[in-house]
Amino acid sequence: MSKAETASSKISPKTSPGEPATTPEEFIICVMARLLEGLGHVSVGALSPIPGCAALLAREVSGAGGRVSIIHGDANNPYTDGGREIFDCAGQGRIDAFFLGGAQIDGEANINLLGLGSYPKIDKRFPGSFGSAFMYFTVPKVILFAPEHSRRVLVERVDFISAPGTSPPGVRRPGGPKALVTGLCLMSFEARKKRFRLQSVHPGHTLEEIRDNTGFDFDLPRGEDGGEGGAVPVTPEPEAEKLQMLRSTIAAEIAKTYPDFAARVFQPRA
Amino acid sequence: MEDLESLAARVPDGALLALAPEYSWVPMALIRALIRRRVKDLHLLTVPIGGLAADLLIGAGAVKTLESAAVSLGEAGPAPRFSEAVEGGALDMRDSTCPAIHTALQASEKGVDFMPLGGLVGSDLVDNRDDWKVVDDPLGQGGGPVVLLPAIKPDVTVFHSPRADTEGNVWIGRRRELVTMAHAAAATLVTVEAVEDRDFLDDEATAAGTLSGLYVTAIAVAEGGARPLGLTGHYERDTDYIRAYAEEAKTGDGFKRYLDREVFAETGDETETETGAGS
Repeated sequence: MSKAETASSKISPKTSPGEPATTPEEFIICVMARLLEGLGHVSVGALSPIPGCAALLAREVSGAGGRVSIIHGDANNPYTDGGREIFDCAGQGRIDAFFLGGAQIDGEANINLLGLGSYPKIDKRFPGSFGSAFMYFTVPKVILFAPEHSRRVLVERVDFISAPGTSPPGVRRPGGPKALVTGLCLMSFEARKKRFRLQSVHPGHTLEEIRDNTGFDFDLPRGEDGGEGGAVPVTPEPEAEKLQMLRSTIAAEIAKTYPDFAARVFQPRA
Repeated sequence: MEDLESLAARVPDGALLALAPEYSWVPMALIRALIRRRVKDLHLLTVPIGGLAADLLIGAGAVKTLESAAVSLGEAGPAPRFSEAVEGGALDMRDSTCPAIHTALQASEKGVDFMPLGGLVGSDLVDNRDDWKVVDDPLGQGGGPVVLLPAIKPDVTVFHSPRADTEGNVWIGRRRELVTMAHAAAATLVTVEAVEDRDFLDDEATAAGTLSGLYVTAIAVAEGGARPLGLTGHYERDTDYIRAYAEEAKTGDGFKRYLDREVFAETGDETETETGAGS
């Protein structure tokens, strides 16, 4: 996550006097949470503290209706049928949103969680593909997540496809990528065109900076008439009440699953 | 009568060994005993992701092939011995994805040779697994292509649990992947914090969270047997310890120092003797 700090060090939003500045993690959490509000069931996989915070925050904002399930540990983990249940649940269509990261993500939304090099000759190994090759197919709203917005991560073509961004006709695929949240911007994904479309640029950053740090070509926001080439909006700052919620209720909740993360990101101001 | 070392002796060299993820009661004391007995040529299966135990076995040179969806030390970062072994070509990797491992074990539970799974098609994982096969929906119901996965039949499943009873039943609570792993395996070896003088199956509340002794080959008492990992309701994962390991094991020399100090010189793995029911 220290990568996010580097990538988004320019985020220094206006805060009221006495309020600590929004950190890059908090900013990204709030961007992701906006994508989740009103959803019935958001599930969060292993090793995902930032998505976990976003899901809990969106639930808190939405009121009592939504469910959040976090499979990393016992807190906020509703599953009682073992490790397979989250996947069975997704296969049954009971999970509305899920998050996937990627050591590499390419312009067609293929993701690589496995390693760099020409498989099986791996030069730099990452943990592995986890459940991505299934969840990407089954969960309707998959949000891709890349704190480090760089040409190292956002590449023209991934070295290894842990999970493909799109599938040919005939493959049963109710799910897939809908958005990409990075340290610099928010993009949407259009499966039909196999392309990302920029939605907004985080405060303090520019379109040029995004182009310079993105290894693939992408579309610009649509204009008000729905056509190509609209203006590029700025991603809204986190709302004060959401930030407050995040730093209190959500910080305490996520600490049950990710104590180290909570201590590092939220503790200094607690 | 079994103790930790005799339980370790029941895992033959070359065995297909199934291990649950870090939150699911990994028998670390038994893993250390396996390394002390210099087990080798293991075919290690992580169900579905591995952590410290897998990294120790790989670093100790005990693993020939690894089937896994991911190996990581969680918040402590990458698993150093795993990463180096893969990058150096020292490990025969069978990269998989979480639900594929669960599904292949379920095939063994049911005694069928394979099981289909949705998704996956178009992942490079599939292209690199010559034992997986993509077929069109064989029933012609418009389901599209599915991947057939061969059943995985572990020779040995190992795990740790808070408690067994005197009938050889083992409490697993909601950790039901341990049930699947035991059903699928030829033998299941369990270490426990304690043995209780009762029968879990006599009480509906405990029966629902119990792995029947029918599937349990042998049990040994090992207090703190999951440490430095956690055991639900008993002790927490020691994150500082695992972070220190991640740092020390970055080099081969550092890992060797760790092994000498924490595994070979270890006297902390207290062990008592219990026999399990079953074979």
